[in-house]
Amino acid sequence: MADAVVKSDPTEALIASLAMPDATWAKPAREDALARVRTMGLPQRRDEYWKYTRPDTLTQIGAPKAAVLVMDEAPMFDEVDRLRIVFVDGVYDAEASDDLSLEGVTIERLAAASSDLHWATCVYGVLEARGQTPVARPLAAVNTAFATDGVLIHVTGKPNKPINLVYHHKSETSDAILHNCIKMDAGTEVTLLENGPAAARFNKVLEVEIADGAAFHHIRAQGRDHERRAATHIFSRLGAESEFHSFTMTVNGQLTRNDCVIELTGDDAIANVAGACVGDGDFHHDDTVFITHDAVNCRSRQVFKKVLRNGATGVFQGKILVKAGAQKTDGYQISQALLLDGDSQFLAKPELEIYADDVACSHGSTSGAIDEDALFYLRSRGVPEAEATNLLTLSFLAEAVEEISDEALREDMTVRLAAWLMRHRG
Amino acid sequence: MLSIKNLQVKLEDEDKQILKGVNLEVEAGKVHAIMGPNGSGKSTLSYVLSGKGGYEVTGGSAHLDDIDLLDLEPEERAAAGLFLAFQYPVEIPGVGNMTFLRTAVNAQRKARGEDEMSAAEFLKVVRAKAKDLKIDAEMLKRPVNVGFSGGEKKRNEILQMAMLEPKMCILDETDSGLDVDAMKLVADGVNALRSEGRGFLVITHYQRLLDHIKPDIVHIMADGRIVKTGGPELALEVENNGYADILAEVA
Repeated sequence: MADAVVKSDPTEALIASLAMPDATWAKPAREDALARVRTMGLPQRRDEYWKYTRPDTLTQIGAPKAAVLVMDEAPMFDEVDRLRIVFVDGVYDAEASDDLSLEGVTIERLAAASSDLHWATCVYGVLEARGQTPVARPLAAVNTAFATDGVLIHVTGKPNKPINLVYHHKSETSDAILHNCIKMDAGTEVTLLENGPAAARFNKVLEVEIADGAAFHHIRAQGRDHERRAATHIFSRLGAESEFHSFTMTVNGQLTRNDCVIELTGDDAIANVAGACVGDGDFHHDDTVFITHDAVNCRSRQVFKKVLRNGATGVFQGKILVKAGAQKTDGYQISQALLLDGDSQFLAKPELEIYADDVACSHGSTSGAIDEDALFYLRSRGVPEAEATNLLTLSFLAEAVEEISDEALREDMTVRLAAWLMRHRG
Repeated sequence: MLSIKNLQVKLEDEDKQILKGVNLEVEAGKVHAIMGPNGSGKSTLSYVLSGKGGYEVTGGSAHLDDIDLLDLEPEERAAAGLFLAFQYPVEIPGVGNMTFLRTAVNAQRKARGEDEMSAAEFLKVVRAKAKDLKIDAEMLKRPVNVGFSGGEKKRNEILQMAMLEPKMCILDETDSGLDVDAMKLVADGVNALRSEGRGFLVITHYQRLLDHIKPDIVHIMADGRIVKTGGPELALEVENNGYADILAEVA
């Protein structure tokens, strides 16, 4: 018991520092989540899934200071006709946001949704709670209990444009907890774009319930701030013949922990998760992915690429769990790091756990330097060393970026990664 | 044009001398061939001239016209007009062949203070040259050399050479891995580039390639030196009698 008391102290202190928003339809889910937080305790270094990433700055009371980027980055997704919903330091900015009405979806803000019979009760905290086993994710439960805002999107058709959540970080000590829920009816399709750092420190949860035959597309860019810290979770459950595609680009950021927890519960479903990250110096990026195959003939892909220099650290913990009966599963996982110098490191823990006997699962993890032969080949054709290095680095990242099916968005991500490489020449 | 004087080269990491004083002059408009047994230093010579790492020059010099090649980075040598067709062209996944070619052409133009080639102009030129080498649009789109057959890789080397229009071309065993038809195609590509102002150094094991690319001068290299120089008949002598007689004769 003594141990439990020690463990609960910082947990109780954090709970006491946060305020649960007023009673709404979400109250029972919030109370349940709070109970989960108390049972699990906050993540600690000795927890298996926090071995490579220090959780203390994510769990401490109050956000560590994070300088605001002096120059705003080039506006993102500007070429795309989209519905913008803007949050500044975690607070909804009505003036900067578009009207929330769009054919094929109903969009409400978490903080404004007050109906007692809200559809989101079957998503909010539900997928997060499912995602707590077999691996505890306490920060996600903290989020469900204390999230101050976010959006609730009910997809009933195929809206003709993407929904874009735009985040701005304006205060050096802002601390945001945002929770977004998406419920997709059968046969629907939607694209969610997210960009920008939500605050100096942010804890974001995205829950996506995907009914049979629906398709979810997600492109996320986590901003260019150097000092911000982030813990994000995506929880998704897929019905039969449905699709989930998510791509995350991370440039800079002192600490990023991106969890993605996916359950394939209907036959013939597809889940693709990809990420490209580039870090220079004080940069720690952790992708933790857990994909559960619990139906027949489903496909999942995890493609993660990291470019690291000047002491940057990359972490990948990816697991494919194939349950008994999930025959004809096709699971693929690749995680690779390109280390541009000897100071950087990549820590990878790929895992497969398979209880079905007719499956094809593969995983690979590599870390290495620029291919000297390829570099010389390019230089021998007249391409200067720095440019050749960038070309090879971009080509390394391309495999992850190519997971984006939309050509314009793919090109946009490539251009931004190229620009980062130009700014961070060795 | 290419002037190599008493060039001596050892491996950087090993105490092993590879080139022991190479002397060679290739004049503009001429095709020189270097033949020699395995391990004689032929490929090393091509790598050292183009600036590959891992070698240490311990003596001598190499000039392209009045430019000291050994002082320059590989990309500067390329911009100065030196081109090496690789024995084993490198595969570069993720970089499209077309992007690669345009980047290279424009990087060299930029280094020489010339205007970059517009996308439209580049496309026109590359399509015409690719057609001559029977390189289809699909091959231009694919990542550099990835999934190319041996013959396709070598044709791709010649396409790069045609696009970059170097002054001095070194072909390192361009015939290796080619069947008769592919060799003919590659040789035609090279012959089309022969001109007054351009020199060639063709490194090969076999006379066969030299039937198609007729050399003006043939050198025999052995143990890090040029041991014999002659006309095209020297290549035939090698073909008929092997290297043993020649080496015995100069020993």
